[in-house]
Amino acid sequence: MSELMNEIEGIYAVWLREAKIYVREKERLISSVISPLLWIFAFGAGVGSTVNVIDGYSYQVFIYPGIAVMAVLFTSLFYGIYIIWDRKLDFLKEVLVAPVSRASVFAGKMLGGATDAMVQVIFLLIIGLFINVPLTPLVVIKAFLMLLLISIAMVSIGLVIGANLNSPEGFSLVINFVMWPMFFFSGALFPVGNLPSWLERATYVNPLTYGVDALRGIILGINHFPVYYDAAIMLLFALLAMAAGVLSFRRM
Amino acid sequence: MVIKTEGLTKKYGKITAVEGLNLEVEEGEIFGLLGPNGAGKTTLISMLCTILKPTSGRAWVNGFDVLKESGKVRKSIGIVFQAPSVDDLLTGRENLAMHNLLFGVPRGIRKQRIDEVLSIVNLEKRADDLVNTYSGGMRRRLELARGIMHHPKILFLDEPTLGLDPQTREHIWAYISDLAEKECMTVMLTTHYMEEAEQLCDRVAIIDYGKIVALDSPQTLKNKIAGDVVKIKQKVRDVETIKKLEYVKNVQEKDGLLYISIKNASKHLQDLLVHTGPIDFVEVRSGTLNDVFLYYTGREIRESEGEGGFWERVMKR
Repeated sequence: MSELMNEIEGIYAVWLREAKIYVREKERLISSVISPLLWIFAFGAGVGSTVNVIDGYSYQVFIYPGIAVMAVLFTSLFYGIYIIWDRKLDFLKEVLVAPVSRASVFAGKMLGGATDAMVQVIFLLIIGLFINVPLTPLVVIKAFLMLLLISIAMVSIGLVIGANLNSPEGFSLVINFVMWPMFFFSGALFPVGNLPSWLERATYVNPLTYGVDALRGIILGINHFPVYYDAAIMLLFALLAMAAGVLSFRRM
Repeated sequence: MVIKTEGLTKKYGKITAVEGLNLEVEEGEIFGLLGPNGAGKTTLISMLCTILKPTSGRAWVNGFDVLKESGKVRKSIGIVFQAPSVDDLLTGRENLAMHNLLFGVPRGIRKQRIDEVLSIVNLEKRADDLVNTYSGGMRRRLELARGIMHHPKILFLDEPTLGLDPQTREHIWAYISDLAEKECMTVMLTTHYMEEAEQLCDRVAIIDYGKIVALDSPQTLKNKIAGDVVKIKQKVRDVETIKKLEYVKNVQEKDGLLYISIKNASKHLQDLLVHTGPIDFVEVRSGTLNDVFLYYTGREIRESEGEGGFWERVMKR
């Protein structure tokens, strides 16, 4: 029992450190709020002026769930880069020699990254209220939980990459090859149904497609697959990513 | 025996960093590992702290096997790393609080422990400032405080005073000896500062190329090898004659200079100079650990050899 308590406190210690640093590094907070704003207002309004209404919603509202997923994707994946800096500057050593399992260290870091992403989600949900996205309290709760699941999966992927690489430059390179294909082939910016068949197949192997589909289903009622099916696939993916994360942390 | 190793070996590919090391450290001892950059000191400490797995051989820390009982080993030790590892964006107190949680210090005594170690290292007044406002010496003191907060049986210090000014260094030495005495803690430290080893350590192991070449108290090592040292530059080189003199313990040649270790300079210097023939230069001083080191390794430890620069650490990875 005291062993378990020790692990829980270890997770809490690592998470608390991440949360404090997030609050203190204002640049992180600012940049994570500005980029989705640009997407919604510049891209959404700009493209929206030439694209017709999709499924009864303006383009800006149609891409809102996709933009929310994108914001979570970017923040979550890029969070993995901090582990490289932590190792370079030896902050992590203290944690790695502590009598706490690597699974707990991973869990603490992962929750820290998810916290970053979810702060951003709260901002996005508030913005949604002002651009006529149909958000009821129940929708907000469901959307929040779905985005949390996506964030957990993507932070884990980011940490796996970060734990296996030694340089921030290498991380940026690898993450670009993961992030952009995932984003473009997820249906975040356009409905999957209209795509040529080869592209449609690419979207089906992309786990993020199911995240976007679920969120669009929850918020706008437009979905390709049943929401529980999307959520199940995302959950499976998150579990695999976390397992890979724990293994990577053990080797670190 | 608080620390014991048997044939402890670590290889990186073809390079052997630590080779078949047998070592025993007694409880309450301040034990120094002295050696040049790359001698294997940090590798040895990392294996004892369960950060690195040995290639072969075994080691016990506080009676626990470093391979099989790493969790228990980790609970019994405190570590101060060579490179600073306190968190810049947390306050001193927050750094310590995090350590409390990670090392399972019981809830009821956490606050008291933090206050206790802060007062030992004299950081009470700055405890609630962010660490990025601290000086190098303050950071080191904070790390020392952190290392002892969970009352470890054994404290590992990897180059504890690297890059600090002489005054801060002496303060830190004082803290370390105080702690070892008050808490009855065993301390194992690596250093390439001779004074540090001489002033602080009960016993010193000189390590070169991953092997222990000499092990004893600093005083015994000096008496055995160094005695007094006469440094001369001969006009005509003639080492053999000098070596034959009965009071000469050892002659080393380096950069055209002869380092002659003799038993008692005040008694034998005149006679020695008769045998050396004409000279260009002479200097007499008491022997130091540096001379002992020179004797065993044929090299001098220079202070500039210190590791721990940011880029060096980055390149090592």
